[in-house]
Amino acid sequence: MPSELNKLTIAEASAKLRAREITAAQLTRDCLDRIAAAEPSLHAFITVCEKEAAEQARVADARLAAGNAPALCGIPLGIKDIYATKGVRTTCASKILQNFIPPFDATVIERLRADGAVFVGKTNLDEFAMGSSTENSAFGATHNPHDLERVAGGSSGGSAAAVAAHECLGALGTDTGGSIREPASFCGVVGIKPTYSRVSRYGVVAYASSLDQVGPFTKSVRDAAIILRTLAGKDVRDSTCSARPVPNYERALGDTVKGLRIGVPREYFVEGMQPEVEKSVREALKTYESLGASTTEISLPHTGYAIAAYYLVATAEASANLSRYDGIRYGLRVNAEDNIALYETTRAQGFGAEVKRRIMLGTFALSAGYYDAYYLKGMKVRTLIRNDFERAFEKCDLIVTPVAPTTAFRIGEKMNDPLTMYLSDIFTISVNLAGLPGMSMPCGYDAAGLPIGMQLIAPPFAEETIFRAGGAFERSGSCKPRTTAV
Amino acid sequence: MAETKITLEQVRHVARLARLELSPQDEERLRADMGEMLEYVDKLNELDTKDVAPTTQVGEAGMPMRDDEVTNRPAADAMLSNAPSRERGYFKVPKIIE
Repeated sequence: MPSELNKLTIAEASAKLRAREITAAQLTRDCLDRIAAAEPSLHAFITVCEKEAAEQARVADARLAAGNAPALCGIPLGIKDIYATKGVRTTCASKILQNFIPPFDATVIERLRADGAVFVGKTNLDEFAMGSSTENSAFGATHNPHDLERVAGGSSGGSAAAVAAHECLGALGTDTGGSIREPASFCGVVGIKPTYSRVSRYGVVAYASSLDQVGPFTKSVRDAAIILRTLAGKDVRDSTCSARPVPNYERALGDTVKGLRIGVPREYFVEGMQPEVEKSVREALKTYESLGASTTEISLPHTGYAIAAYYLVATAEASANLSRYDGIRYGLRVNAEDNIALYETTRAQGFGAEVKRRIMLGTFALSAGYYDAYYLKGMKVRTLIRNDFERAFEKCDLIVTPVAPTTAFRIGEKMNDPLTMYLSDIFTISVNLAGLPGMSMPCGYDAAGLPIGMQLIAPPFAEETIFRAGGAFERSGSCKPRTTAV
Repeated sequence: MAETKITLEQVRHVARLARLELSPQDEERLRADMGEMLEYVDKLNELDTKDVAPTTQVGEAGMPMRDDEVTNRPAADAMLSNAPSRERGYFKVPKIIE
């Protein structure tokens, strides 16, 4: 009988580790066994770090034996392959970084290491985090553990699938337009994108710097609170990172939602969305009312413009950020007769189709004669979207919406139609433009057994409100986690 | 092919700016995709933004200052460890000047 310690939550495993009922070595072994069994059908990982993880577990056990170890000591985590990890290849799911081994750790990796976390591997993603399905990976798509013919969501699809399938107890993702929340929703796990600037981006390969944010995937709201507390806080190496003190998010979990004012934006329940998604989120709202919260309809009038604004701002920033991949200092080089030709052929062969599409659109939006009409216009509409939320939060403490208009779609379904793919992010993208915290958590299942996610959105730095409401919903027991098909 | 918002010449110009070599098929595909996106983003023109200030960043950190102190150590070997081509302590590139 296998011990299946990999099925524990972080809070459960942490308590058992500190009570010395289990060891980090056993827990890590169970995760690695699960990875070996599930990976041929899931492909959630690009690199599995078996040797390194075993060594980290050994060190963690020594620390646990000495007593007073931090909550994450000995906990096996998956890391999206966009974080610089010293000595372990970091590909961004791109051919251009296929053999890149960072000589340094990202700040959040450093913090997790300091706490004694175990890294079981680097998870799959859409190349440079550009996508909503993890199909744009140079190493092949990740499959949804609830239905292998469906996508895991993206761009952090590998992390979401790995946690849902119990290949690790938690994982890190990044979210620029929904890349944590959408895959969390599709895979039936918890995923939070904190307030912009809450967590350091140092060592996270940049896609769109004014939108990118770091966050965890977990099996429970409590686990998300535990990881976020370790990740958040000032970092001198990221000048945008906030110096605000980091609260103990776990403390907010026990609070009731009595008196909480929940706003429900009418623009987020639109024609064409899957009826079961709307029904499930509406039922969750009823649960909140029965727990003592009030719900009120609100309006976010510029919602319909968010995707257009995003694809100007994000691609413009991406075109600048990705100019560094030129084949000179690191990454792929394709030799040519002169330097310009070397850049052009290296980038042509190193980048995939979606990355090229976004670099091209962004370069165009920034180019002479088009800057005002496109990039500047996008930034101005971004202001209108921010103002919408500011006004809405005068009437409510929390906004609750669906995460995506549908449950997980079929692999290949949207690959030939970029605009349709972009529209999957319609309910998540405004949150990035406004810099707000947003969490996706399971609230139900559709008739096919696919998870449905609801999104909790709070004002800047009000993550505690999200944890308070998320914890209350989880405790209500209205959405029981289901085992995955794999 | 239907009229699009962007010409093949513009696609080639932007590719040159972005240092991307494109095949003729790439050029056609990108013209179609970019055309579709540009048509879609045209909906932003429904909004009057004459008096709206652009949002360039949403953080609260502003532009923090710090003392100009060296905090890292020389690590030339680590920095060169991923170089596609190197010689002694240098990155090596094709000859630029004839």
